[in-house]
Amino acid sequence: MPEPRPHAAGETVLETLGLTKIFGGLIAVNSIDLKVHKGEILSLIGPNGAGKTTVFNVVTGIYRPEFGNVFFRGERITGKKPHQIVSHGIARTFQNIRLFPDMTCRENVMAGRHCRSTSGLFSSIFRTPRQRAEENLIREAAEKRLRQVNLWRSRDELAKNIAYGSQRMLEIARALASEPELLVLDEPSSGLNPRETRDLMAFLQGIIREEDLTILLIEHDMNMVMGISDWVVVMDGGRKIAEGIPEDIYADQRVIEAYLGKEDEDSTAYDVPAQH
Amino acid sequence: MHVILEQIINGLTIGSFYALIALGYSMVYGVLKLINFAHGDFFTLGSYLGYTVLVFGAALLTAHFGLWGAIMAALVFAGVSLAIVGLIVERVAYRPVYPAGRLPAVVSALGASIFLQNAIMVLWGPRFQAYPPALIPNVRIQFGNIHLTLLQIMILLLSFVLMGTLYYIVQKTTFGAAIRATAHDRKTASLMGININKVILFVFTLGPALGAVTGIMVGMYYRQISFTMGWNYGIKAFTASVLGGIGNIPGAMLGGLILGVLEMLGAAYISAAWKDVFVFIILILVLIFRPTGILGEKRAEKV
Amino acid sequence: MEQTPLAGIGRLASSRQLHIALATAVFLIYPFLVSDYFIDIAFYFGIYTLLGLSLNIVLGEVGLFDLGHAGFYAIGAYTTAILNTKFGIPILVLLPLSALAAALFAYVVCSPVIHLQGDYLLIVTLGMGEIVRLALINNPFDLTGGPNGVYGIDFPSLGPWLVIDSSLEYYFLIWLIVGLTILGLTKLQDSRIGRAWNYIREDETAANANGIDSRSYKLLAFVLGAALAGVAGNVYASKLMCVSPESFTFWESCLMFCIVLIGGMGSIPGVIIGAAFIGLFPEIFRPFAMYRMLIFGSAMMLMMMFRPGGVWPRKRGAVKYESLLGGTGRTDA
Repeated sequence: MPEPRPHAAGETVLETLGLTKIFGGLIAVNSIDLKVHKGEILSLIGPNGAGKTTVFNVVTGIYRPEFGNVFFRGERITGKKPHQIVSHGIARTFQNIRLFPDMTCRENVMAGRHCRSTSGLFSSIFRTPRQRAEENLIREAAEKRLRQVNLWRSRDELAKNIAYGSQRMLEIARALASEPELLVLDEPSSGLNPRETRDLMAFLQGIIREEDLTILLIEHDMNMVMGISDWVVVMDGGRKIAEGIPEDIYADQRVIEAYLGKEDEDSTAYDVPAQH
Repeated sequence: MHVILEQIINGLTIGSFYALIALGYSMVYGVLKLINFAHGDFFTLGSYLGYTVLVFGAALLTAHFGLWGAIMAALVFAGVSLAIVGLIVERVAYRPVYPAGRLPAVVSALGASIFLQNAIMVLWGPRFQAYPPALIPNVRIQFGNIHLTLLQIMILLLSFVLMGTLYYIVQKTTFGAAIRATAHDRKTASLMGININKVILFVFTLGPALGAVTGIMVGMYYRQISFTMGWNYGIKAFTASVLGGIGNIPGAMLGGLILGVLEMLGAAYISAAWKDVFVFIILILVLIFRPTGILGEKRAEKV
Repeated sequence: MEQTPLAGIGRLASSRQLHIALATAVFLIYPFLVSDYFIDIAFYFGIYTLLGLSLNIVLGEVGLFDLGHAGFYAIGAYTTAILNTKFGIPILVLLPLSALAAALFAYVVCSPVIHLQGDYLLIVTLGMGEIVRLALINNPFDLTGGPNGVYGIDFPSLGPWLVIDSSLEYYFLIWLIVGLTILGLTKLQDSRIGRAWNYIREDETAANANGIDSRSYKLLAFVLGAALAGVAGNVYASKLMCVSPESFTFWESCLMFCIVLIGGMGSIPGVIIGAAFIGLFPEIFRPFAMYRMLIFGSAMMLMMMFRPGGVWPRKRGAVKYESLLGGTGRTDA
């Protein structure tokens, strides 16, 4: 008997309907229906190559889907360009951390504020009062976010020089700087050690509450998936094969098969070596 | 009708020059992601070396080897010399700069080009030099309605033999596979056990050597050579290699031939003065609709 | 901190303000100490600086490979030349007009190709620069004077009071323009626009994912760069009193490229040094006659070997802003 969804009563922040993305002959994403409710942490999981990042890339405008639509807070955003999507209120991080390596941590986070500010060429050259006030706001926001992730002391260091775990948090700080309503995180715990992962989990749970956020994430770390998700969606081979609360998904036979392969197939990868 | 065919053959002749020079650009770019601005000067240097051999050694060589022998001697001498020069330039100007990235390499390449061009000027003087006349007997051969010169046929033959050989090496041999692998992804190729240094050696000897041979052919075809001709041929040849898909060896050949034909047809049917503009516009249009060139492959970036 | 007089002098001696003041003083006094020949050299140094700054926006800040920048320079110069000799429009009026013409050209011509990556953009800009030069040589509509160019260009003047027709006055004109340009560009660097440009250079995908419309910003860089090159063209044309296509070759574009790279990408003081090297080197080594270009080429190679980042690379995080939040927010040192 599947458990009810904790946030089902809340507003639908993000919805994809029949989302399909085809690359040449490969159907990377096959008719995916996804619904993310306000205040929820939804984890998208599945074996490698299942199409999870492609879903993210379509949602954030990097790819146009062949079929289907994406709705953000009721508004159709399918096919919009990535820079437009941010203004709507969706901010993302990347699987292979994409920071601005030769710029300082502070400058990296300030990038998040770009879509929330408007100064143009002339006001920037002539330093109008409005532009100066806006620059102060940008700096304040950057400072706030840097402190939030404990990176204020590295503010003037180049992003490429800080520790890997810090780089992950820096990318999240940059995303937060754009005041998003939906945070889309692609494998945020990848490369983090267990302690850093626990800190990240606490951090995410904290900001959901404090900032009225919704989080959509791709994850492989089952501790994290089980620990903080309200709802889990499983993909395999481009399709959605299951969804439910973490405990249900953990025990779901289809999910286990997707990750480990069917029992009757010749999957020698998990066989115990014979000589023992 | 036969006029167009003659124009096309003229175009293929010039196109072979561009193609052979373009090969040098494409090979180096493919393997090192570096635009070797000095390559046009390799071509020029080869031309001048051939000139020196043919003008000053003419009597001696023809006495021993005959006319064809003299030409062969010039080709071989220039080819080997430029292979050595190419290696030296790679060692001195490029290798130290690899770690710094691609843009410093551009400046270094420009510096090498300035150096070479002016070295040629210092050694041979700033005035035009002329290849000896009637090296190849001025025989016109007729195929039906089409007139060709013996020189043209020799050039086309030599060019296609060279291009064919290189095509065979690159596409059909194991070493060729190594070259293509390195061009595709240098890091992975070296991890797979491919000797990158050997590939670089190949690319920086054969490319300049081909350029040198082309330089001699150009010298024989146009008779007049100058120390700045590397610039002009260089831009056109580089354009040709981008047209065909930069880093792609068959692409460089195709691009060169197409460029030559387009230039000839443009000169004949649009205007001689605007032919170069015509060629560049074609290039820009091609790149707008096929950003990676005619034979270039689309590299999908993993986001 | 102890406020001893010695400490005060120490701080002043190393301060940026003092360096700028000293440099300005040298610039102001220099032309009164040397002959016209050397003032002219400094004039061309100024032109190269302006050209370097204009390319720096495109290449240094945004990281776009532009090897056709001489084309914009030519458009500016020829706009001035043609409109002045054919219609008598004053040079100073033509200064903004030339900038506009170059900017418009850049907008129209770069829009369809702005999405091209790295080396492909390089060859396209190269081609465009060549197209401009070849078009000028071919004398379309009998406007451009063919290979001989246009001659008989006026000098800038504003009524009877302001007349610029001596080496000294041209020197001050170009360096005034360069000074203002440096001021404006410095402000731009430390602004939302300048940062957006740098974000695009570092990682275009990530920049887009953070709300930066990279296409618009790249176009803006080209347009602004072209406008500045157009201004350089205007001043150059009136100083020389004639323009011809051979001043706007691919070689010039290469020199500009080298100015930006030798100085340090995205670095304004670097560009000045790069322009000094490119502009003054051939002059300084004139006594070496035909060997000077050999030395020049060697110097370029050596510089990339030993200072590939440029002579004066851009220093990030140099301006340190302190906390704006004071006691709020979590403290962590």
